[in-house]
Amino acid sequence: MSAVATSPAATHAPLLDVRNLSKSFGENRSLLQLATGKPARVLQAVRNVSLAVRPGETLGVVGESGCGKSTLGRCIAGLYDPSAGEVLWQGKPLSAIGDRKAASRQIQMIFQDPYSSLNPRMSVEQTLEEVLKAHGLVEGGKARSERVEELLLTVGLPPRLKDRLPHALSGGQRQRVSIARALAVEPQLIVADEPVSALDASVQAQIINLFEELRDKFGIAFIFIAHDLNVVRHISHRIAVMYLGEVVELAEADALFDAPRHPYTKALLSAIPFPDPDRRTAAAGLEGELPDPLNPPAGCSFSTRCAWVEEACRARRPDLEQYSEGHLVRCRRMYEIA
Amino acid sequence: MSGATALLQVENLVTRFNGHGSAVTAVDGVSFDIRPGEIFGLVGESGCGKSATCRSLIRLFGGAATEVAGGKILFDGIDLASLDDRGMEDVRGARIAMIFQDPMTALNPTMRIGDQIMEGLRRHRGLGRRAAREEAVRLLSSVGVTSPESRLGAYPHHFSGGMRQRVLIAIALACRPQLLIADEPTTALDVTIQDQILKLILRLRDETGMSVLMVTHDLGVVAQTCDRVAVMYAGRIAEMGETPQIFRRPAHPYTRALLDALPAHAGRGAKLKPIGGEPPNLAAPPPGCRFHPRCPHAADKCKQRLPELEMIEPGHGSACLRVKELGL
Repeated sequence: MSAVATSPAATHAPLLDVRNLSKSFGENRSLLQLATGKPARVLQAVRNVSLAVRPGETLGVVGESGCGKSTLGRCIAGLYDPSAGEVLWQGKPLSAIGDRKAASRQIQMIFQDPYSSLNPRMSVEQTLEEVLKAHGLVEGGKARSERVEELLLTVGLPPRLKDRLPHALSGGQRQRVSIARALAVEPQLIVADEPVSALDASVQAQIINLFEELRDKFGIAFIFIAHDLNVVRHISHRIAVMYLGEVVELAEADALFDAPRHPYTKALLSAIPFPDPDRRTAAAGLEGELPDPLNPPAGCSFSTRCAWVEEACRARRPDLEQYSEGHLVRCRRMYEIA
Repeated sequence: MSGATALLQVENLVTRFNGHGSAVTAVDGVSFDIRPGEIFGLVGESGCGKSATCRSLIRLFGGAATEVAGGKILFDGIDLASLDDRGMEDVRGARIAMIFQDPMTALNPTMRIGDQIMEGLRRHRGLGRRAAREEAVRLLSSVGVTSPESRLGAYPHHFSGGMRQRVLIAIALACRPQLLIADEPTTALDVTIQDQILKLILRLRDETGMSVLMVTHDLGVVAQTCDRVAVMYAGRIAEMGETPQIFRRPAHPYTRALLDALPAHAGRGAKLKPIGGEPPNLAAPPPGCRFHPRCPHAADKCKQRLPELEMIEPGHGSACLRVKELGL
């Protein structure tokens, strides 16, 4: 088993403990494959991921499309059943909390596109009331509408907007509504999947500040999934970097940005277009593209694009090993890479 | 502005979207020029009119009821606004080419890649089948598509997003355009692929000497690629200058706020500084300066007078009435 990430500051037991989680999707078999009895190919979206989140902590998960970060988030939020491995909540299996509904009172999810995740025919108030009713949280119409107002104020929306339908709100306002919906059940963990990537820069900063306020005010832990590394660095305590379904590096945010150890993390960081014309990077970046996830390379999954690759990298898949306290790296050459 | 050397000169461009009974002025009095071999950026948030501006240049509106309602567009001595549709077709694709944000919808899904590249070569450059095929192979390899010959028979769905964008660039370059319009060319791509495509555009500019109009919402892309840049807000240019001028000495409160809002510019652990409020509705823009409802420095005159772009140093203009008193 690979090491479970705990940092030196870990005074609390983890809130969430993901152990060796894998998720695979079977490809639909074609008629020809059925007739010839050929087995369906399997896509391993998440491969053997272990990580932990402490109360009030924000764990960033970064990686490019197809790296499995959203699938991981959905497994944690209970929207997908993992194919293997387990998700422990305060030391016990998620199923021990109760049914799906009980689990969703602890773990909530926020999606990238608030337009498609809100019911277009329901007003803001109806959307929020529905959650309160479904979970039997607030009894009585008056108490419920007070709670709706309170939720709107918490996310920085004026209560007069409560009769609006989603189409009459701006993108930033819609995302605030979906945050209010997640907060309605008072969760301890929010899995936010690309929550700001559809928003303009000026509005993006408003929503990021809101997440930080919620963390400070309610002590909510976040799993913040995003491809924008500048945003993730800003908001996260620790960051996990994923490539082809695996965690390739996991460290405190500053350690990861200042001294990345995995060649993929290095490449990812140097590819960020930094908003400063005095810091133009002319060096050649990462070449090639993601390998076919239905047919991942033998050995290290990054070996097909890695500048440091050796024969031994292709022979055996490296484990996620400790480089220093709280800093895990999946690369056999991590000590050589400066 | 050095009109004599400019490849493209846009003066007072006005573009309207005509809806049911109401018209939205998406571009309202925009002027800029692009020199040969220059990468010029148009940056701003959604709805600021940056895409409408570049689409006005070649009148590609995707069927929307849109009209260029005013202004001059001088391209290499020709007034594009005065051309009829036929004349426009000869310019579009041949001398001005465009690449789009979403390379999947910009390619024809039912046509082989090779045929899509050869179409322009045969129409605009009059090449025969065989010569067009050889040229297509050369183009594909120049944009970094490996084993180009075997890819000619592939369909767009066989390709990844980054590969499709390379194919689109190959098609755009087929007729050796003098101007490439790139509308958010890397927004749909992952960061490592974005890096590859931006470096490809820079290399092709150096090799061919073409000019590029780079439309983006990402100030990082601007900083890494553009020689000069115009910052747009609510259909107008708020600030324009050389890229280092804009980043080192932003001379419009909007530019300044946009730069301050970036996580990359916030100190570690510091709170981000968002811009309060939302961009205005262009069907009913605020009077005076369009940024005044969100501007921390707004004074009474800002609510009354629409500011014009004025030079504050050579090559650097700001459309802020208070630029001098604020010492921006």
